[in-house]
Amino acid sequence: MDINNNNKELEIINLSKKYGNKVIFNNLNIQIPKGKSIGIMGPSGTGKSVLLKCILGLTDYEGKILYKGTLLDKRNRKDLYNQSGMLFQNGALFDSLNVWQNITFKLINAGFFYSTVNCLLVAKKMLNQVELGDDILQNMPSELSGGMQKRVALARAIVNSPNILFFDEPTTGLDPLTAKSINNLIFKLTKNNVTSLIISHDPISIQKICDEVIFLIDGIIEWQGNIKEMSASKHKMLKDYLNSKN
Amino acid sequence: MNKNKQNFYYLFPTLIGKNIIIFITSIGNITSFLIYALYKAVIPPFYIKEYVKQIYIIGWASLPVVALTAFFTGGALALQIYSGGTRLNAESAVPSIVAIGFLRELGPVLCGLMVAGRVSSAIAAELATMKVTEQIDALTTLATDPIKFLVSPRIVITTISLPILTTIGNIIGIFGGYLISVERLGFNPILYIESSIKYIEFSDIYSSLIKAAAFGMIISTMGCYFGFRASRGALGVGKATTDSVVFSSILILAFNYFLTELLFR
Repeated sequence: MDINNNNKELEIINLSKKYGNKVIFNNLNIQIPKGKSIGIMGPSGTGKSVLLKCILGLTDYEGKILYKGTLLDKRNRKDLYNQSGMLFQNGALFDSLNVWQNITFKLINAGFFYSTVNCLLVAKKMLNQVELGDDILQNMPSELSGGMQKRVALARAIVNSPNILFFDEPTTGLDPLTAKSINNLIFKLTKNNVTSLIISHDPISIQKICDEVIFLIDGIIEWQGNIKEMSASKHKMLKDYLNSKN
Repeated sequence: MNKNKQNFYYLFPTLIGKNIIIFITSIGNITSFLIYALYKAVIPPFYIKEYVKQIYIIGWASLPVVALTAFFTGGALALQIYSGGTRLNAESAVPSIVAIGFLRELGPVLCGLMVAGRVSSAIAAELATMKVTEQIDALTTLATDPIKFLVSPRIVITTISLPILTTIGNIIGIFGGYLISVERLGFNPILYIESSIKYIEFSDIYSSLIKAAAFGMIISTMGCYFGFRASRGALGVGKATTDSVVFSSILILAFNYFLTELLFR
């Protein structure tokens, strides 16, 4: 990925992470260009989700992570949080809040000062965007199916029109049809000059959504390139991995 | 010296040392967790809705448990003191001992232990579940400090609620003693009330409130701390819940002793 300095949305420099004696990454370097959808693909346990946790400051790490050229540390991630959205693997909806409260959580609690009426209007619009009816506005997350929970979580992630979106295994645990519609939704959302980072072990999702792919094995970038080059690549590990998924 | 004996002499002090280090580290971690939560409670934004919600969950919903416990303990205390007092011809001490005993010891300790069983476990289970299902991580990514949003309201409200609950518990406990003494033991109601009030000092009341506030802080801090540290799915949630109740109860009894030393010396 050839990126000039002004075009970097996110830059990961010499990222290292250990759990006890187990090394997850050692001096990992990744650049995420503005407006691109980057997929991080690889088998389970290879450090994909840990990478996302490092970027979002949810775990300690060594190295540097820059967002729009600004070094992120524990105290100054507010800009990143305000300008980003994250879809967790299991949705991570708040059990004690209903659908509209979950969707508009950021607007109510993160200093956007929206009134209840406005929040309900925004929640309806968001549900519409993720292809759900507004009849579930008052439902609790436990009353929704897995696919619906993912969509509500997606609506929560995009509620304040973020510049950058993070997806952690967006289609894991979903049936093929629901997975396909979630992929379509993410594809639509990421096409409007929104930068996105998608963590997945599913090549179908990656091929559907991403512009570029990083193939990660044991914390090392084994292959990276354009999505169109991926299937034609002669890289043995990547070929084996793609064949094993087909 | 054979090798097994050598190992024992080496391993035993190592084990003790290791546990002492874990214990001291835990005290440090819990203290810094509490200080950070209290610091976050006084700087804006203030999540008023969360505070109001916790008043209901922690304060109001604990009232029946505290009231019932206090009432029956007050009655039992009156019976016990009467039964012991007859041996010393000191039956007339029942009203004052029930009142003073409740205010100084039983009220705050019973209320603390009952609320620890109800609230500390509930807080730990709720936060631990949120932790293992990534809801706490989700809060962070939604630009909301989880300590400020989840921990500060619980600690502040429990610290304020416990003295109120204890005061209500004290009144109900003393009333339980009164009811049993008057209806069952044949005490004169007016004389009972007079001698109950006569020996109560201001220090009995404020010491009760200070103890209750300290216990409230212990209960919620333990619940939140163990909830936030939870890992490994359902097993972690169960462990967090158990640890929070066990440590809250032990700390309440230990702090009760130290506060009694401090307040009544």
